Amino acid sequence: MNQLMRKLLFLPPQASSMAGEIDALHYVVILTTLLGAALTTAVAVFFVVKYRARGPEAERPREKPAPRPPVWFEVVVVVGLFGLFVLWWIVGFSQYVRARVAPPDTLDVYVTAKQWMWKFAYPDGHSSLGTLFVPQGRPVKLIMTSRDVIHSFYVPDFRAKQDVIPGRYTTIWFTATIEGAHQILCAEYCGTGHSTMRGQVVALAPADYARWVGQAAAQDLSSFPDAGGAATGAPSMARVGERVAADRGCLRCHTVDGTPHIGPTWAGLYGSSVPLADGQAVLADEPYLTESMMDPLAKVRRGFRPVMPSYQGLLQAPEAAAVVEFIKSLRDVPPAAAGPMPPPTGPLPSQPVTP
Amino acid sequence: MTMSEVIAAPERGGDGAAATGDVPPDYLRAASGVRSWLTTTDHKRIALMFYVVVLVMFMVGGLFALALRVELLTPRRTVMDAMTYNRMFTLHGVTMVWMFLIPAIPAVFGNFILPMQLGAKDLAFPRLNLASFYVYVSGLLITLGGMLAGGTDTGWTFYTPYSDSSPTRLLPVVSGVFVLGISTIMTGINFIATTHMLRAPGITWRRIPLFTWTIYGTSIIMVLATPVLGLALALVGVDHVLHLGIFDPAVGGDPVLFQHLFWFYSHPAVYIMILPAMGVISEVVPTFAQRRPSSYMAIAMSTLGIALVGFLTWGHHMFVAGISELDAGIFGALSMFVAVFSALKVFTWVATLYKGRIRLGTPLLYFFGFLFLFVFGGMTGVAVATQSLDIHWHDTYFVVAHFHFVMVGGSVTAFLAAAHYWFPKMFGRRYSERVGALSATAVFLGFVLTFFPQFLLGNMGMPRRYYSYPERFQWLHVLSTGGAFLLAGAIVLALGNLLVSLRWGPKAGSNPWGSRSFEWLSASPPPKNNFPAVPVLDFSPYDYTQSEEEAHARAFPR
Repeated sequence: MNQLMRKLLFLPPQASSMAGEIDALHYVVILTTLLGAALTTAVAVFFVVKYRARGPEAERPREKPAPRPPVWFEVVVVVGLFGLFVLWWIVGFSQYVRARVAPPDTLDVYVTAKQWMWKFAYPDGHSSLGTLFVPQGRPVKLIMTSRDVIHSFYVPDFRAKQDVIPGRYTTIWFTATIEGAHQILCAEYCGTGHSTMRGQVVALAPADYARWVGQAAAQDLSSFPDAGGAATGAPSMARVGERVAADRGCLRCHTVDGTPHIGPTWAGLYGSSVPLADGQAVLADEPYLTESMMDPLAKVRRGFRPVMPSYQGLLQAPEAAAVVEFIKSLRDVPPAAAGPMPPPTGPLPSQPVTP
Repeated sequence: MTMSEVIAAPERGGDGAAATGDVPPDYLRAASGVRSWLTTTDHKRIALMFYVVVLVMFMVGGLFALALRVELLTPRRTVMDAMTYNRMFTLHGVTMVWMFLIPAIPAVFGNFILPMQLGAKDLAFPRLNLASFYVYVSGLLITLGGMLAGGTDTGWTFYTPYSDSSPTRLLPVVSGVFVLGISTIMTGINFIATTHMLRAPGITWRRIPLFTWTIYGTSIIMVLATPVLGLALALVGVDHVLHLGIFDPAVGGDPVLFQHLFWFYSHPAVYIMILPAMGVISEVVPTFAQRRPSSYMAIAMSTLGIALVGFLTWGHHMFVAGISELDAGIFGALSMFVAVFSALKVFTWVATLYKGRIRLGTPLLYFFGFLFLFVFGGMTGVAVATQSLDIHWHDTYFVVAHFHFVMVGGSVTAFLAAAHYWFPKMFGRRYSERVGALSATAVFLGFVLTFFPQFLLGNMGMPRRYYSYPERFQWLHVLSTGGAFLLAGAIVLALGNLLVSLRWGPKAGSNPWGSRSFEWLSASPPPKNNFPAVPVLDFSPYDYTQSEEEAHARAFPR
């Protein structure tokens, strides 16, 4: 049934963990739509045939006003229709939230989009152009940014799409369920070459993926010449990030051992809840860390002076990603080794948004 | 009502016709010469001038569409290069949205019919009305000039930061659209003032004909939403020229802010395009069924409902642009209300046919096309407002098919219905019903063949604005292109039929459809001042229990 409907509606293969249930809702919605439009038109045609004007009575005025449908009928129709839409909304929204909020322990890949190509940087330091390799059956999270204009990462087989925006990070996650190549298309108009900005996700069996990682590490695929030391083999992204942080002066204000300095320490920062100067709190995730590099005054941590300069334009996207990865590698270093800590706030949710 | 009596009183001294009992000349013959047209403040003549220009723009936009469809016949280059294609779809969108769809029904039929449905002799501000025409033409010339100077390739949505850096003539195009927006606002203010101030004695808010209700609702949107578009486009233009960095993140701007501003206008703007179409249908159905609408208040109030809720749904264009899950949930839920209001109208139209005395005619045939296409297109709107489904469909041909179903299947079909329905009113002649029926059927078939394959393309994953595409999409594109030519031929046939009838059609008589709506109380074509005296309209415009003669006698008591 599923496969029959999928083929009738010309949908591509269901190659991700979310695709099946999204398609199921799709079938219900589209069938209701077709049926609703056909039924409404059929009733109208029936009325026209049944109540067509006959002979001279059409010219005489009516003796009494034409009947109105009873009020209860109108109420039932409106409430019924609204109920149907609300039902779609409940299912659609809960699917949407699950499609958007990544599960813990994803394999994270950094994606940089530019006119007109996709670049993928893996946590262990190597990278690829155009083709994203992922292990089948494991949740993969893409942390994406653009170097020029807005693009949109779209894999029809996964029913997954997310705009990729310059100056900020957006994420998308999926679990590929079918091995093989799945086309990537850019879905947001981005200039002359927009329609050629394609690529593919290659889902490999876990064993094949491990082998591919080994090979890739052996060939030097490092794409961070700025960070220096690329010639010595592919360092992990966290190592690259450490070097970038040292070169760019980050470590003059931020420590990595838990002691507060001019800026907050990076130790144990990732994934923690950061109290802000305005009394709010924010989860230290990739978007927050990136925003703090590019627009440091947007969310200043409580207890620190707003003195950090913006690194917008100074850090390349892969460098910023590497610094984030370095900060992530410090997540288990105990933060309160010494010195005063900013005052704590009350209990906070561990996720920024829950449905 | 004393105020409106004073304003609506015809100038009896002017031609003396009403006083002496002679039949005054109709508005087409009231004065002659090019100058009398270009300087007229008669709403009917201004409506005709809009009619001519709007139809020319419809043809231009249609030619762009055909060029796009020809290019898409093959997966690679067919007749033009990528840059030309990208400019072409931008021009198609800009022309169709701002130069055709937005002014189409309000500025032509709204201008002509709204004062007559209110028993007034003109709009509240006749000179503002004339000015709005010249502002519209100026905006059009600026935009077309920009197109000739190279055009722009951003799409009609002008998304930043691409539009900040696009190497094309963005400034004249956005300036032209800005000026077109001023014309829209002038028109909207005029309609609102007229509806409030110039209703003939007896017309309460519950007796306003439904077409005027929808034009009134549309005018509210025009006045409230268009300034935001002007603001957003002005900022894009400035950003493009001076690189201020309002929307460009490379200099500290926020590209997504533009999307919020743009859709804050452009989502309500789709109701500027569809509400008047619903108004046309709300006149056609009671007239051809010869009975009152099954619920007048359902149509009137759902019009206001759409006009207001339409302002709260813009975020459903941004489900994958990085807005929060909470925002997506709220915008999705609010979008459902629009569908419920629209469904109320659909059910009311169908119920109005129940126990009618239905006569067939070309406008009613267009209604059937409208009904199927609008219900299907509208419900696919609910589908794309369902967040998880929109992830797959966003920015694909599914969305293209959806809004063409509503904008072409809905608005253009209703525009053609209006062109036929009010043709006898405007020109005093009848068109060929046989050619009318043929063209209405061909419009429907051509439309379905053009846009139904695009739903399937969207399901397959074909993104919008693709110059080249993977080969698996080709056969559906070929079908769609074939349909586009059929649709274009059908529209040319429909308009040709009307054009021929202008001169050779048989005389229509004042009320060929036997409608009771107030605009039909005057002669067809109407005299300059619309009515021989101020009508007293203390009855419903859908009262089919009284004959035409009784209605006349009540409206013009001796």
